[in-house]
Amino acid sequence: MAFLELSNVSKTYGTKQNRTEVLNDINLSIERGEFVAIVGYSGAGKTTLLSIIAGLIKADHGTVRLNDLDITAPGPDRGVVFQNYSLLPWLSVHENILLAVAQIFPNWSEAKKKAHTERYIALVNLTPARDKKPSELSGGMRQRVSLARALAMDPQILLLDEPLSALDALTRATLQDEIESIWRQDKKTVLLITNDVDEGILLADRIIPLTAGPNATLGPAIPVDLERPRNRKELNHNPTFQDIRRQVINYLLGGGAKRRATVTKKLPLPDIEPEDLSVPRGMFQFRRGPIRRREIQREAVQLQAGQ
Amino acid sequence: MSDYLILSKVTKVYPSPKGPAVIVKDFDLSIPQGQFVSIIGHSGCGKSTVLSMIAGLSNITSGGIILAGRELSGAGPDRGVVFQSPCLLPWLTAFDNVMLGVNQVFFTAPKYERRQIAEYYLSVVGLAEAMHKRPAELSAGMRQRVGIARAFALSPKVLLLDEPFGMLDSLTRYELQQVLLELWRKDRKTAVMVTHDVDEALFLSDRIVMMTSGPEAEVGDILSVPFTRPRERQAVMAHPDYYRLREHLISFLENHGTKKAPATQPAPKTVEPLPKSEEPTELLVQ
Repeated sequence: MAFLELSNVSKTYGTKQNRTEVLNDINLSIERGEFVAIVGYSGAGKTTLLSIIAGLIKADHGTVRLNDLDITAPGPDRGVVFQNYSLLPWLSVHENILLAVAQIFPNWSEAKKKAHTERYIALVNLTPARDKKPSELSGGMRQRVSLARALAMDPQILLLDEPLSALDALTRATLQDEIESIWRQDKKTVLLITNDVDEGILLADRIIPLTAGPNATLGPAIPVDLERPRNRKELNHNPTFQDIRRQVINYLLGGGAKRRATVTKKLPLPDIEPEDLSVPRGMFQFRRGPIRRREIQREAVQLQAGQ
Repeated sequence: MSDYLILSKVTKVYPSPKGPAVIVKDFDLSIPQGQFVSIIGHSGCGKSTVLSMIAGLSNITSGGIILAGRELSGAGPDRGVVFQSPCLLPWLTAFDNVMLGVNQVFFTAPKYERRQIAEYYLSVVGLAEAMHKRPAELSAGMRQRVGIARAFALSPKVLLLDEPFGMLDSLTRYELQQVLLELWRKDRKTAVMVTHDVDEALFLSDRIVMMTSGPEAEVGDILSVPFTRPRERQAVMAHPDYYRLREHLISFLENHGTKKAPATQPAPKTVEPLPKSEEPTELLVQ
């Protein structure tokens, strides 16, 4: 029995006519200490899947088991980092994390709670900003607070829901490196949900593509046999990296994705020159009409049927 | 005299409390007609400033920009701009948003022809069924499609793209890059795109201009992209040079990063010397 096990999980939203099948027949098992990335389109149901594991919503069918226990409700054994940080705006960095620590470890002495909090602030390099409010922090720093809060709860599994999607490329790269080094230090089980194929390859032991929704399901897992620590630049001339990247992208773009049928239709496109608007308009322009390069031609256009 | 768009010693200086801040300095670039050029650099390096100067949305402090033999002054419909978020009028449908510009530049054409132009471009970007919806009813990816259709429908002399897919997730981005390439293939507009996505630049462009980080940003390096057209993503990625070019761009960006990773982290170790470390120089055109 794997550490986290999902079997035949499915989820639909809405009733009768408006029913949307979001997830269909999801099977997933993650071993203790493993770093797994699920990569898929936005709207594919990635967040729904993560919310089911977090216990925030219930699956219609199937079972979710963590460490041989059924998941029915949210709990501190699963630490979640959301894309939008979800910090309390009126509390400082330190207070935000202490709040979670006090909730999870109520029997600890005040001093121990404080020391524990400080340790995790230091882990994400935020000690200089410990007394700042979230509004005084950049996006990258807020996400660090959110990560420290999840880690300070000492969860059995860390669930990351597109944690870096809202950040710019440079900050994202820095935080990816930090997540990796933290993971190497304490070997938590991590499930990362992302739409960035490179992020998945850089961080995970295994990548699982999620096909486009509705009715999304998981594709075959692709193991990432690359030595750690991985270097973004050096990976480029690694044939294994190139091969994994090709496999994941091909699966998401073609193969696994459900192709919509296309029809070809001929549409008229007048081949006329735009007018120069910097020249004052005169009546003669209306009389002569636009400059025509050629007569109206019909252009073949591929349309997606049933869009 | 084959160069269609010429930027000569373009400089941008903003006044600031601490004296004038030079954002872009002596930016030189010549683009032949029909070429697709990407400008790549970090956020805040001034690449969008260059683009908005070409668009005429921002004044040039010194230097000049020549398009099709005429020096530019002010904004105009001969330059189509696709912004990061498409800036659609929320009370108009996708179709009416496109028609707004089409009615201006094709004012001498009969109404049915103007409608045909808008319908054609909206269909090509995949909005045949959704063209009479308002922006609020469309997803972010679909709104960006409207933005692309609007820019192409005006038949501009040059197309300016300011991180057109920056707000979209990477897979939707792949789809729209394909749409853009498809449209571009049909009429080979001269295009300048600003991006920080290395794969996007490699997939779409003929040349990639790497900008150094600001202040005083300038052209750091120019890379020409050897892939044949029409391009297909899988084929481009399988090209033997693809990852070498990608590595070249990534190392440029890393070396010109504004901030380095915090000192507490061990610096990534170079495991082995690059076998091709001297080779990238031969790729440079200038």
